Amino acid sequence: MRTQCKPSQFIANSMQKVPPSGIRKFFDMVSDSEDVITLGVGEPDYVTPWHIREACIHSIEHGETSYTSNYGLLELREELSKHYTRRHNVYYEPETEILVTTGVSEGLDLAIRAIVNPGDEVIVVQPSYVAYVPSIIFAGGVPVTLGARPENDFKITADEIKAAITNKTKAVIINYPNNPTGATMDRSDLEAIADVIVEHDILMISDEVYERLTYEGTHTCFSSLEGMRDRTILLNGFSKAYAMTGFRMAYALAPKEIIDAMMLIHQYTMLCAPITAQIGAIEALRNGEKEVEKMAREYNRRRKLIVSGLNKIGLDCFNPRGAFYAFPSISSTGLSADEFAERLLTEYKVVTIPGNIFGDTGEGFLRCAYAASREDIKEALERIGNFVDGL
Amino acid sequence: MDEQTRDILEILADDARTSPEEIATLTGMTADEVSRKIEYLEKAKIIRKYKTIIDWDLAGDHYVYAIIQLKISLERKLGYQAIAERLYKFPEVRSVRLLSGEHDISITVRGNSMKQVAFFAAEKIATQEQVQSTSTHFVLKTYKEDGLILDEPEQVKKLVVSP
Repeated sequence: MRTQCKPSQFIANSMQKVPPSGIRKFFDMVSDSEDVITLGVGEPDYVTPWHIREACIHSIEHGETSYTSNYGLLELREELSKHYTRRHNVYYEPETEILVTTGVSEGLDLAIRAIVNPGDEVIVVQPSYVAYVPSIIFAGGVPVTLGARPENDFKITADEIKAAITNKTKAVIINYPNNPTGATMDRSDLEAIADVIVEHDILMISDEVYERLTYEGTHTCFSSLEGMRDRTILLNGFSKAYAMTGFRMAYALAPKEIIDAMMLIHQYTMLCAPITAQIGAIEALRNGEKEVEKMAREYNRRRKLIVSGLNKIGLDCFNPRGAFYAFPSISSTGLSADEFAERLLTEYKVVTIPGNIFGDTGEGFLRCAYAASREDIKEALERIGNFVDGL
Repeated sequence: MDEQTRDILEILADDARTSPEEIATLTGMTADEVSRKIEYLEKAKIIRKYKTIIDWDLAGDHYVYAIIQLKISLERKLGYQAIAERLYKFPEVRSVRLLSGEHDISITVRGNSMKQVAFFAAEKIATQEQVQSTSTHFVLKTYKEDGLILDEPEQVKKLVVSP
């Protein structure tokens, strides 16, 4: 008889350094619950606009089901190039400087793997999306987390980044408008960071997937700053702006040499992004502007509804200028973010995500996604109010 | 149109019962400002009327609708306005539109039975002096009305937690 084995013995050591996503726990808690209102989703409550879905259906009917270029359809890259020239006045060569990826998640993984040598440090500005730190660990790099302070409306400052830089630092990852705080950066904030990037000769990985959901001020594309085009890997996608999360459609913009390196990994792991989603993306860029603006206007109304509601309840909420998250402080309740979110879910059936999941400076805060209907937001606020009153 | 006006109109177009207080919360204006703006929009006839979309079938009144297309002979001094005015005064006529193309005017007529609508078309519409010919189409089912999809199948459920 052959000897039994323990499957766990085969797991690579690096996996033990990565804790499972804290969001997962909440997912398991609600899966069998009824009458649950969720402010826990990081995706639009809208269905993808019909003209985009229709373009995808049409392409399938016409047999467009093949592989595409590893880089993605040239037609899509040309549209993206025009889009960036028009919106941000920064030019990317469609043939060599644009890579279409399956979600920003893939783009992020490629960007990090393409630049990180074992032991290289990558600074992650937190609170932030949960994938940044694990992606760095998977690539053999060392994540250096840096907490943006609530006193500063969760903006990171150039001085704070500068203080975290060592001779092993390879890059900095920022995400504005920010998930989970809704914070945005002004051009002057970014200019100061750009100076630090140049001074220390490092790269910026800028995740701008919430760009189109900027409600106050205007979004500044990091690579559009003087001298930053060749020092930036810009990640963006269609999920949030066009309500296309399930299409997994995104792109990376960077200088040719970096895109070449990212391509090397992409072609052997993903080959190419799904053609149907790419066709949807072309349609989105060509004819989606009105829908994007309409959805953004409605998110803006919900933003005002939820922020004023949370403040009325006594959960102090700073003004999020972008994305679709409110990030109220729950410190007045004396509960930890985890306790608050768990009790709110079990006792009042409202899903929110504790802020500490997104980084240490998120402790004492709660992520409330307002990409939910106004009715749901009102009902959730009512329940949160009752929960807080009963504490 | 300024942003605030667009906001108010979009909110009311979606739900005319939204209170000025709630619109104020949604837009960041004060309730007084919202009320004043709405008053202006009503006076300027930008807001024409607040209506309710009713499913009369479900309510138990089974109305019959027909779209009737008309060819019009224009007489000296009598433009389309004159015939439109004659047509829209009938309460049975729910809408009157001037069209380009083969027909000149399209009206929607509502009645309690096909017979009633057919007789109305024959007696009241076809007999108008300016009406050369009519072409009546009975509505069998309405799928979408004024931007609202009736009988929409339930949407796919999404995850309740995601990053």
